[in-house]
Amino acid sequence: MTLIDLANPTRFLALTARVLPWLAAATVLLLAIGLYQTALAPDDYQQGATVKIMFIHVPNAWLSMFVWGVMSIASLGTLVWRHPLADVAAKAAAPIGAAFTFLALLTGSLWGRPMWGTYWEWDARLTSVLILFLMYLGLMALWRAVDDPSRAARAAAVLTLVGALNLPIIKFSVDWWNTLHQPASVMRMGGSALDKSFLIPLLVMAVAFTLLFVTLHLAAMRNEILRRRVRSLQMMQASRVAFSSEMGAASRGQGASKEAGAA
Amino acid sequence: MIMSLGPYASFIVTSYAAAALVVALLIGWIALDYRNQTQRLRELEERGITRRSGRSATDL
Repeated sequence: MTLIDLANPTRFLALTARVLPWLAAATVLLLAIGLYQTALAPDDYQQGATVKIMFIHVPNAWLSMFVWGVMSIASLGTLVWRHPLADVAAKAAAPIGAAFTFLALLTGSLWGRPMWGTYWEWDARLTSVLILFLMYLGLMALWRAVDDPSRAARAAAVLTLVGALNLPIIKFSVDWWNTLHQPASVMRMGGSALDKSFLIPLLVMAVAFTLLFVTLHLAAMRNEILRRRVRSLQMMQASRVAFSSEMGAASRGQGASKEAGAA
Repeated sequence: MIMSLGPYASFIVTSYAAAALVVALLIGWIALDYRNQTQRLRELEERGITRRSGRSATDL
């Protein structure tokens, strides 16, 4: 099956109906393994047990950017290739991305209080992620503000691509500016700075959360396709009602003119 | 084996609980949305409003 085949929403619905249960099962299994490994992970020599917050903070922080990346590719699909499911994918991903970004901010804040002595600091990393969260909310508001999905899609696609400029700023903020937030310790030149006892559970949790996103995203895309079907059927119903009332008015008008002629 | 979370246990537990709650809310919202959309499609079909292809709108 190619990407062109998936352009057909009915075919997409049929395929995802088969795939989703397997994806959900794989997500649950991997989350269970990740949580088990997280529970067994040793305390850090400096942070103690608070290092356990890392196993949910980092996957959520990673997903906050990954989801915007997915939305940016989907936006290209809307503007350049005009793929019928591209704007469905972008719209369905936004609330999920917002939820992951919220969790990244919240868990980061809860990790920051015991480690830094503060819940919040207006440093470059924290501020750029907060901006990302606000952009997610702005996109969701834009989708809601415009009735016609195809018009909303183009505006949202442009906004998403402009917002993608924030992704390298988030990633390199810890290198470009002097931040309270630590520099990259997993994906960096020279390999990970983490010990295997932390790195393995972290990677398992990252893959599990990514699978969770894929599962939720496909399910939300299915909902969006159904919502558009509802909308088009409602418009069909409204045009039928308008047509029949017009016909009724026209026939009443003809009847009235005949009566006037007879009189 | 009982896991000892040290003096900052409340921060750790709150983080995991918040993640579990938000993920549960996401799953619940998506499941409810699916139920709403399929129900609305069924209601429209019952009123005789069908797709041009003639297939059921809830045909997945």
